[in-house]
Amino acid sequence: MAGPDYPKLDTLALHAGAQPDPATGARATPIYQSTSFCFPDSDYAASLFNIERAGHVYSRLSNPTNAVLEERIAALEDGVGAIATASGQAALHLAIMTLMGAGSHIVASAALYGGSHNLMAYTLPRFGIETTFVDPRDPEAFKSAIRDNTRLIFAETVGNPGLDVLNIPAVAEVAHEAGLPLMIDSTFTTPYLIKPFMLGADIIMHSATKFLSGHGIVIGGLLVDGGRFDWDASGKFPTLTEPYVGFHNLVFSEEFGPAAFIQRARKEGLRDMGACMSPTTAFHIMQGIETLGIRMARHVENTRKIVDFLAAHDMVARVGYPELSNHPDKALAEQLLPKGCGAVFSFDLAGDRDAGIAFVDGLTLFSHLANVGDAKSLVIHPASTTHHRMDADALAAGGIGEGTIRLSIGLEDADDLIDDLKQGLRAASKIMQKKG
Amino acid sequence: MKLTVNNESVYGYTNSKTHNPSLPTVIFVHGSGMDHTVWTLASRHFARHGNNVFAVDLPGHGRSSGQPLSSVEAMAEWLQEVMSEAGIEQAKIVGHSLGSLIALELAAQKPEKITGIAMVGTTLPMPVSDAILNAAQADDHAAFDMLTQWGFSKRHQFGGNRNSGLWMVGNTLRLYERSRPGVLFHDMSACNDYSEGVASAAKVQCPVLLLLGAEDRLTPVRSTKALREALPAADVCILDGAGHTIMVEAPNAMLDALHRLL
Repeated sequence: MAGPDYPKLDTLALHAGAQPDPATGARATPIYQSTSFCFPDSDYAASLFNIERAGHVYSRLSNPTNAVLEERIAALEDGVGAIATASGQAALHLAIMTLMGAGSHIVASAALYGGSHNLMAYTLPRFGIETTFVDPRDPEAFKSAIRDNTRLIFAETVGNPGLDVLNIPAVAEVAHEAGLPLMIDSTFTTPYLIKPFMLGADIIMHSATKFLSGHGIVIGGLLVDGGRFDWDASGKFPTLTEPYVGFHNLVFSEEFGPAAFIQRARKEGLRDMGACMSPTTAFHIMQGIETLGIRMARHVENTRKIVDFLAAHDMVARVGYPELSNHPDKALAEQLLPKGCGAVFSFDLAGDRDAGIAFVDGLTLFSHLANVGDAKSLVIHPASTTHHRMDADALAAGGIGEGTIRLSIGLEDADDLIDDLKQGLRAASKIMQKKG
Repeated sequence: MKLTVNNESVYGYTNSKTHNPSLPTVIFVHGSGMDHTVWTLASRHFARHGNNVFAVDLPGHGRSSGQPLSSVEAMAEWLQEVMSEAGIEQAKIVGHSLGSLIALELAAQKPEKITGIAMVGTTLPMPVSDAILNAAQADDHAAFDMLTQWGFSKRHQFGGNRNSGLWMVGNTLRLYERSRPGVLFHDMSACNDYSEGVASAAKVQCPVLLLLGAEDRLTPVRSTKALREALPAADVCILDGAGHTIMVEAPNAMLDALHRLL
């Protein structure tokens, strides 16, 4: 039996969380650029501090503009709630700090964004939290790495840099059998391409800096709670199931049920660690989200054309996109990402480090910078920038060649982008011809 | 607080406080397929305002064990036993939807024990559509979808929660999904079958507050004529913009209205 339809993604992207401003009737969500909010009387103030009333106290904890963005992403992801943070890294840190303390352990994909890898590999161990990195293509590897003190499984929808497609249902099953939540970084895919909660994930994070915004003008993160994980049944998360002295012995799972995690993250994590989002940033991110559906469709359409162009070019040794027949995750991508695998991918030039540099310098439309997910097309040559200290062997260990190029395909006309790529490929070809 | 009634465990949220016989008591009773968490803000509020609070989980719901009861009358009798076990001599009851019918019935059965009732998102009779009943009987997710969709005003289907960062549609759906198999059908059937409500209402002697959502689509204001005629002295408060899920759609307005009774 079919129930009534819920509003669809394109509608939620424009409307979820927002109502015409009650004070002015403004249709756009206003930027409430205020640190704090007046209390009509002392009892009202006390009721806000004691979680009796809904409302805002101080913009580190909550803000009316941010609240709209938080509801919107929670709606788009089919979650129960969300928190807007200063960056994607802040969202990841907030989740980890909410779930565990010293002596805990994380099992994470080895194919993570560099910032996430650094946090887990180098920073968290100083605070007593260790991470085991495993092959994201092997759900059994996640299972084998789980210890008694493991508190989180973490991976990206598509890995970095090879776009390894995570088998979310299989890894979620591994996590849940062990009484653990699965947290997914869905930055590259957004809710337009995949809904991790529908596939078994429990927590989602985004770097909202990327496709959710699309304009490349703000840094921001979003942490979303799916509300399905049973913290009490797991018994491994005292921050959520035992009295919290820092809030008059509040037991989050008892008082907030499905929203226990996100409420603890706000009441403790935002309060104490303070990595909140500026309301102006929230406003800018919402402007991006309003067009998420049509932008992502165009991003994917352009990417497919460019992937096909590159895959057929003599100067290209390999293109890593899961829709190609030579990608190891093609079948899984067809199952989990039928609308496309995003607009960020890498390819290998048939050439060396100098060819990579010549390629990048030969481009005009593509912007050479360290970001992805912009409406404008972006390029970076890891061997001469982000990974410039590594020799060829070290690069290879990370799945990167001296001629590897990462592209983030934007919304320009695909033919213009292909013309620009031809210029770069011609420059790379000349370098290789000179070398004989 | 955990109690034992009829050899089953009963949970009630008390704001981590033990019962103080010198204070008035407010019992909160949730609606179909829900649990005590819908009352978190309200119970915290009235606990700070000099009351014992007891936000109960009905049998088979939330943290209470056992099987769901099959009639409003049986639920009212059970709640009376819970009160006895908890040492609650008298109380006011705030009930939502099914919970409001339980409050009404207990106020009718035991006028000496119940000193006031607030019926939130309510009507009499409370018929349930065949579509919902059939889906609930089959433990079909469509029952959760129907109640979630129709439980909010059209405006609130797109959120606008003043409780920061919470997507109330998603949170409500998760609560339904947490309910055990068969529980929702028992609850909805009890609402549908409660035929003596008007007669019971005539026996109620305590103050009554009817708290209605102006845009309620499950128990519309226009359907409350019989209830209001049966309770002519009731204080009727209609909240603009709210649907059936008043606790999350209009939490602050609900608190302000409840102060008229509590």
